[in-house]
Amino acid sequence: MAVNYGSKRIVVGAHYGLRDWLVQRFTGGLMAVFTLVVLAQVLFAKGPIGYDTWAGVFASQWMKVLTFAVIVALIWHAWVGVRDIWMDYVQPVGTRLLLQVLSIIWLVGCGGWALQVLWRL
Amino acid sequence: MSEAAKPRPEFRNINIFNDVRTYRMPVAALVSILHRVSGALMFVLLPFIIWLFDKSVSSEISFGQFTSAFTAGLWFFPGWFVKLVVLALIWAYLHHLIAGVRHLYMDATHSVTKEFGKSSAVVTLVVSIALTVILGAKLFGLY
Repeated sequence: MAVNYGSKRIVVGAHYGLRDWLVQRFTGGLMAVFTLVVLAQVLFAKGPIGYDTWAGVFASQWMKVLTFAVIVALIWHAWVGVRDIWMDYVQPVGTRLLLQVLSIIWLVGCGGWALQVLWRL
Repeated sequence: MSEAAKPRPEFRNINIFNDVRTYRMPVAALVSILHRVSGALMFVLLPFIIWLFDKSVSSEISFGQFTSAFTAGLWFFPGWFVKLVVLALIWAYLHHLIAGVRHLYMDATHSVTKEFGKSSAVVTLVVSIALTVILGAKLFGLY
């Protein structure tokens, strides 16, 4: 067996996946908490839920900051998920690279649009 | 192990037409693949989701466009089709969320027995489908 530990360890190539594993957990947890926060505001709103109540939820500064963090979390979470899908089912490297690039463009575009909507209020 | 051993066999394709469809599919496996499918569905429909957010939150007029999408339809899609797509998104989000929380629970409590895998998978499916039915009934005006 070739020596590949210690000073001879190969430090390029595949990593161990720990960062992405943690990212999925924490971004997922943040989005779950955010769901509860929005749900609580909608359920405990006085009167029928029209435009004013709904837009009002996202009007306060703290809510905008939280929603911003959630949008960033969503983009990162979706990226890791989709990258895993491509990695599992698409073996040809060139095709997979193209799909990954298109996925990033898709996600960054959607994220940017969501931020634009949030700060139009 | 010598370097001159024969090359390792490589398994490239998932042999979907031969092997994959004959595997035993426990409940936990179903929850797992649906977790992936629901995530992929939301990924593909993300622009539509953001459009819904945009129209619902930007102004009274755009809010009117938002609500009319469910009645008069959107582009060439009739209103009931828009509702169906939103129902699919409701299911996708609920399943993905509950299956995700199941992951977090198993990570935190190390409940990795086969029995817990089965029982928690059943709970995931029951709760997500039940909530989908309840919210879907509201969406389609059944109450």
